Amino acid sequence: MAQDLFIICVSGTREKLQMAAMVASVAAAGGTRVSVFFSMNALAYFVKGDATEAPAEGHFGELMEKTKGVPPFRQLFKLAAELGDARLLPCSMALDLLQIEDSALEPELGPPTGLTLFLSDAESGQLLSF
Amino acid sequence: MSETKVIDARDTFCPGPLMELITYMKQANVGDTLELLSTDKGTASDVPEWINKVGHEMISSEKVDEVWHIKVRKAK
Repeated sequence: MAQDLFIICVSGTREKLQMAAMVASVAAAGGTRVSVFFSMNALAYFVKGDATEAPAEGHFGELMEKTKGVPPFRQLFKLAAELGDARLLPCSMALDLLQIEDSALEPELGPPTGLTLFLSDAESGQLLSF
Repeated sequence: MSETKVIDARDTFCPGPLMELITYMKQANVGDTLELLSTDKGTASDVPEWINKVGHEMISSEKVDEVWHIKVRKAK
């Protein structure tokens, strides 16, 4: 996969965050340049120290909650950044609306990013949204 | 003589075992052998794919009592 991969995360449900984190970590570990844009209901999970459990959307999410050994999505995103240099970018609009300073986010998150810049970068690759 | 490191990732689900392997691979020296233990079915195909993609070396892959034993060598 030589193409760059761009992921937009807006959902706050367990299944979508998990799938996005799986895609980001595996692609980044395989050498793909990955950028993830967190907005809407997905962003607040990355406030420093936040341990909120993402609610299940359906049966599979409930199954993941109950089953041991499913890697947590926060950990997978962190690994994507640490092992594969993925960029984890908070949406500047969402930060404003939630009244969160970017310094309040986990250190693996990058600078606040506008949608225009993210989409401009994404012209060079494949874009997925969750 | 290079060392063999056993990584026990049994009872974790995709992509946990692969991520464990990659974490240890980063810390290993060139020439080191790593043996990954996994009960995740996808590991048997995912690890060789990753090894091939990033240019390390597959040594062996076998299933013993429902556990995959995948040996790889750090090549670079």
